[in-house]
Amino acid sequence: MSILINKDTKVICQGFTGKQGTFHSEQTLAYGTQLVGGVTPERGGELHLGLPVFNTVDDAVKTTGATASVIYVPPFYAADAILEAVEAGIKLIVCITEGIPILQMLRVKAAMAGTDTLLVGPNCPGVITPGECKIGIMPAKIHLPGSIGIVSRSGTLTYESVHQTTQQGLGQSTCVGIGGDPIHGMNFVDALSRFQADDQTKGIVMVGEIGGSEEEDAADYIKAHVTKPVVAYIAGQTAPSGKRMGHAGAIVTGGKGTAKGKIAALKSAGIEVCVSPTDIGAAMKACF
Amino acid sequence: MNIHEYQAKQLFKAYGIAVPQGMFANTPEAAVQVANDLGGEGWVVKAQVHAGGRGKVGGVKVAKSLDQVAEISEELLGKRLVTIQTDHLGLPINSLLIEGLSPIKRELYLSILVDRATERVIFIASVAGGMDIEAVAHDSPEQIITVPVHPAAGLQANQCRKVAYNLGLKGSQVKALTKIMQGMYDLFLDKDATQIEINPLIETESGDLLALDAKINFDDNAVGLHSDILAMKDPTQEDDKENYAQKYGLNYITLEGNIGCMVNGAGLAMATMDLVKLKGGLPANFLDVGGGTNVEKVCEAFKLILSDSSVKAVLVNIFGGIVQCDVIASGILAAIEQIHVTVPVVVRLEGTNVEQGRALLTDTGLNIYPAEDLAHAAEQVVALAEAV
Repeated sequence: MSILINKDTKVICQGFTGKQGTFHSEQTLAYGTQLVGGVTPERGGELHLGLPVFNTVDDAVKTTGATASVIYVPPFYAADAILEAVEAGIKLIVCITEGIPILQMLRVKAAMAGTDTLLVGPNCPGVITPGECKIGIMPAKIHLPGSIGIVSRSGTLTYESVHQTTQQGLGQSTCVGIGGDPIHGMNFVDALSRFQADDQTKGIVMVGEIGGSEEEDAADYIKAHVTKPVVAYIAGQTAPSGKRMGHAGAIVTGGKGTAKGKIAALKSAGIEVCVSPTDIGAAMKACF
Repeated sequence: MNIHEYQAKQLFKAYGIAVPQGMFANTPEAAVQVANDLGGEGWVVKAQVHAGGRGKVGGVKVAKSLDQVAEISEELLGKRLVTIQTDHLGLPINSLLIEGLSPIKRELYLSILVDRATERVIFIASVAGGMDIEAVAHDSPEQIITVPVHPAAGLQANQCRKVAYNLGLKGSQVKALTKIMQGMYDLFLDKDATQIEINPLIETESGDLLALDAKINFDDNAVGLHSDILAMKDPTQEDDKENYAQKYGLNYITLEGNIGCMVNGAGLAMATMDLVKLKGGLPANFLDVGGGTNVEKVCEAFKLILSDSSVKAVLVNIFGGIVQCDVIASGILAAIEQIHVTVPVVVRLEGTNVEQGRALLTDTGLNIYPAEDLAHAAEQVVALAEAV
């Protein structure tokens, strides 16, 4: 098994006919993902990439039976797109869009409370179960079906972790990019609990960065609930305070959210923290 | 995005938040005129820079006569102010805020911000105003009041009363504080702020509440929705290179080392800086060239990195995912030739078509060092920077 998605997951794409939506949908189809259609208002009834286009997510869900949606719509329209998917009963929303205003995400999260929809992202590479289903913008080729669950706030550091665990011959069960925004959907604990419960996952790589306190929460959770080996890496040890390091969420404010604090929390929970980002694969391999 | 105190106070006025009488000035003559118009026996002259800690370094001064207003204005305008929140060069003082003196009975603290952990807009208040609030939170957490606002319900009168009574306010002051909090909340939502801070919020001798200072930060992701806020942007208060980078969709932050870094992805860019430090070097910058790397972006990125004369070597670290490594390698070659890069450039490529990419960078006759892996690349660039 894997977490979140598998070969049977039916996916639609919101922002399907746009440049990003088109390019990544082609890649997704080439990977074998069951992409069953897409949504672009006013384009309902057309065919795009050989798949049906719908005006609304509701139409798409009713016609195709999709349970997952990937969002590529521009930042000022993305909050609306997420909520449209929630209301249409989509169970897994993967929002790739970067640059959504934080107050819009705050309202989205409040509106999602009490629903059974899971949001991954925004500002993330997406989710992939190698060999089965790819939802997002990650390069397919570096993945290998295998036993390591990967969860990361950073896209390119997810790719680094994937690449290294592939080189070590471990492969990946599922990789989840939870995104670089301060207010986002699925967090480390949500992913860790699923990896712990998943038979295919034998070890977990967790990649964090400066800002917020989710790595600290994860440290507490791992100590209490995770029995599988976990290898962690935290980016931003040399980042200056008060500066936003690319990701909206990667900022140290008032001495809070430092890499040092996160590393200390993880270590005190008995988790192995790599000093160098180049050691992630080898450290994971050494656990077996 | 940040704005000046005088701009923040203009917004405060528009939202019914009481501020001292005052006006902005950018010449000593204008400052004297403002003071004269305000009347009274004393004035505060406040340097307008995008940084806190102004008072401790002479950026806020009291004048007892119009001559003194002129004198202080003369001294401050055109100078750079270095505070605990700036770098060693400080920020230029191009404008001043002249205000009448307010008789202070008590200094309070009031702010509103987005709390990541609870995913709510929250108010933070304290009787310990005029101080560093993080220090107060650390040393005497019992003096901090926190009120989360549910986005569906909005700010409630009971929440304002709670803050007011906790701050020791009574009678008409409770209503006055409610008005201030509602104004802050409306302003926060209307303009997509990420923080509004009043430190101190003063209680005057006559019992009035006034925002003596005002600081507002706006969400960079949302300023595109607010042309009025965007118009308040003051590029003189920002790093030139960071402004330049923004134009080309690059994320650049100046640091103080001598190894230039060019990386795709924010996380990998941070990790690359950390690795350079781990190998004994010091990164000169954070630079995320983002996705869809092309020749133009790589050229601009090189220009930015090399505009810092302390850069002795450059480390390019690209994980080619969707973009193929050979395409990236060609882009790097074109950029190096176009802008005549002379410092050594260590390139680590990984991902799709990596062999073709590395081959393109080998034996070019240029000062390029293709690296086998990231750890090796970091060691190499540190050695090269030291050798110069």
